[in-house]
Amino acid sequence: MSLFRMQGSFIDNLPKIYTFYTGGFLLFVGLMAIAESMGVKEDTIGLMFVGFTIFIYALIGWLSRTMQLDAYYVAGRQVPTVFNGMATAADWMSGASFVAMAGGIYMGGHPYLAFVVGWTGGYVLVAVLMAPYLRKFGCYTVPDFIGTRYGGNFARLCAVLVLVIASFTYVTAQIDATGTIASRALLIPYGVGVWFGLVGILLCSMLGGMRAVTWTQVAQYIVLIVAYLVPVIWMSNKQGFGVIPHLVYGEAIQRIAELEQMHQVGVLKPAASQGVMTALTTLHNAPADSFVAAWRFVTLVACMMIGTASLPHILMRYFTTPSVRSARASVAWSLFFIFLLYFTAPALATFTKLQVLDPNLATSVIGKSLAEVNALQWVQKWSSVGFAKVVDSNGDGIVQINEFFMRADIVVLATPEIAGLPYVISGLVAAGGMAAAMSTADGLLLAIANALSHDLYYKIIDPKADVKRRLIVARVLLIAIGAAGALVASMRLTGILGAVAWAFDFAMSGLFFPLVLGIWWKRANQAGAIAGMLVGLAAGTWYLYAVKWGGMTPWWGMDDLRFGIVGAAASVVAMVVVTLLTPAPDKATQDMVDEVRIPKGQTILGTTH
Amino acid sequence: MSTEAANREIHWKRTRSLMIVHMIIWFIFSYVVHWYATDLNAITFNHFPLGYYMAAQGSLIIFVVQLFVFSWQQHKIDVECGMAEPE
Repeated sequence: MSLFRMQGSFIDNLPKIYTFYTGGFLLFVGLMAIAESMGVKEDTIGLMFVGFTIFIYALIGWLSRTMQLDAYYVAGRQVPTVFNGMATAADWMSGASFVAMAGGIYMGGHPYLAFVVGWTGGYVLVAVLMAPYLRKFGCYTVPDFIGTRYGGNFARLCAVLVLVIASFTYVTAQIDATGTIASRALLIPYGVGVWFGLVGILLCSMLGGMRAVTWTQVAQYIVLIVAYLVPVIWMSNKQGFGVIPHLVYGEAIQRIAELEQMHQVGVLKPAASQGVMTALTTLHNAPADSFVAAWRFVTLVACMMIGTASLPHILMRYFTTPSVRSARASVAWSLFFIFLLYFTAPALATFTKLQVLDPNLATSVIGKSLAEVNALQWVQKWSSVGFAKVVDSNGDGIVQINEFFMRADIVVLATPEIAGLPYVISGLVAAGGMAAAMSTADGLLLAIANALSHDLYYKIIDPKADVKRRLIVARVLLIAIGAAGALVASMRLTGILGAVAWAFDFAMSGLFFPLVLGIWWKRANQAGAIAGMLVGLAAGTWYLYAVKWGGMTPWWGMDDLRFGIVGAAASVVAMVVVTLLTPAPDKATQDMVDEVRIPKGQTILGTTH
Repeated sequence: MSTEAANREIHWKRTRSLMIVHMIIWFIFSYVVHWYATDLNAITFNHFPLGYYMAAQGSLIIFVVQLFVFSWQQHKIDVECGMAEPE
């Protein structure tokens, strides 16, 4: 950081530092483009992108090292509003958002847009119901709030349990994503890639805790948003849709509807299943036309939204702002930065589909001869790694819609190649995907390790531990949990998106109502909160098991992605009933709730506790 | 009742009303408009079928704007009731 003379504090200089950083990153992209034109091999460029960005994150992590409690747990509570917004956006947007979302929309059509709506609208709940109040509380972790508001180690322990289950489900998916990207960019086996990804993640978080994660997440946000927007804008420009494609792709949607009819999308079905690779059989814009289908859309939206407002790694980002007011404003900025990616994903899906379907475009695939399609460079490349496949099942030598198979992830990863953009853009996309997965993994690992070190170790097991011991325990736990996550990820138990949605369902089943009612219902008491957490978690887990493995017919089409509806419903009923059957909390607790509701005054918990 | 206690009561009442208003807006744009997506698709907005537009962009824009407005409104309530943090 001594590259430039700093006047004033680090915080005052943040805009300057990150402007410099962004400029440096763009310069790096430019250099890579020059290197490519000079004939540097594609593999080398991919390696440079991923290697260089990870090096920068690790450097930031090392510069942010600390031995202070409030710096380690809440970044010293001095993260400015807008920067916290960027860090939250990176924390939030995972490998699934970056890699899988546009592909999901491409293959799944309108029903899949439930994720786009659900993963943004949840922030309304965060801002209105939760974040400012939790900031006023002054907790280090989410279980810290539960433990203090309701009292008792058992309530705290229940919150830790829900947090660990939800976050661990999520973090394995992120480590899996870093492993996949690292293995492809660095040309190493997946099993090695997973551990390499973990080392990168730990370098960002271990020495500086929340402070280091905050400043690397801001850096990662900048990389990931540049990597997502540049290819889409470039492609749209090339196709004559202008610089801001988001405003004008309505025509592309109407064109796709014509092409779908021509290619008989949804009429022609694949002759044989190709595993994870699928052929396009869903219309781009065919919303629910039955009660169950509409119900499935809104329940998925509800699960993702309520899950958002219950996930501890997101809520804890708002513990780091300087004031209650800035926590509130920071949620708005977070959503703005997230919005930039989420309103681009449907545009990307639409443009890519147009490229593949429209015979007037040079890039089209469907309707071409088998020989022509097999000669396409990107089809060859992605076929060789099992991401794409052409099967001429009717033997007419022409590729029909039901004969072209691909993995949905390809939409983001291969779009630059499909559109014929230079390889440097593919390298950029790989670095963006890596940034998205790493930043989320960092936030999650820290949420788990902090809950275990602060709530389980310090508050329950050894309240006499000194600062040094607490911070060492926190770091040992971070490594142990990271290693456990990498181990589970290397066993490849479930696809990226399945596990991600489950994390939201677990979080909403156990934590949403105990958190919300803890602020908005003064009468809520300890017994009620414990019942809410345990019954919610148990009901949700049971439903997941019954639907996914137990052979039970889902209720009203609510499959395993939506089990949080059952869990949260059970949670609120249990919490309200048990609370009303047991005595109201004492005066001190009720006064505490009154204090939480107003921004001014001291936080409930001291700066170091 | 002291002024402070009265102010607190008014502050919470206004905070709660604001919460309810924003939850209603949130509910409409999270669920209601998407429930009727097929009907909305009959309408064209800036060349987009409206049902698709709302899920891909419309609701999102509403949420972003809503949060900036909420942040401003809640701060106004805090200041007027004397509950805001010192600058």
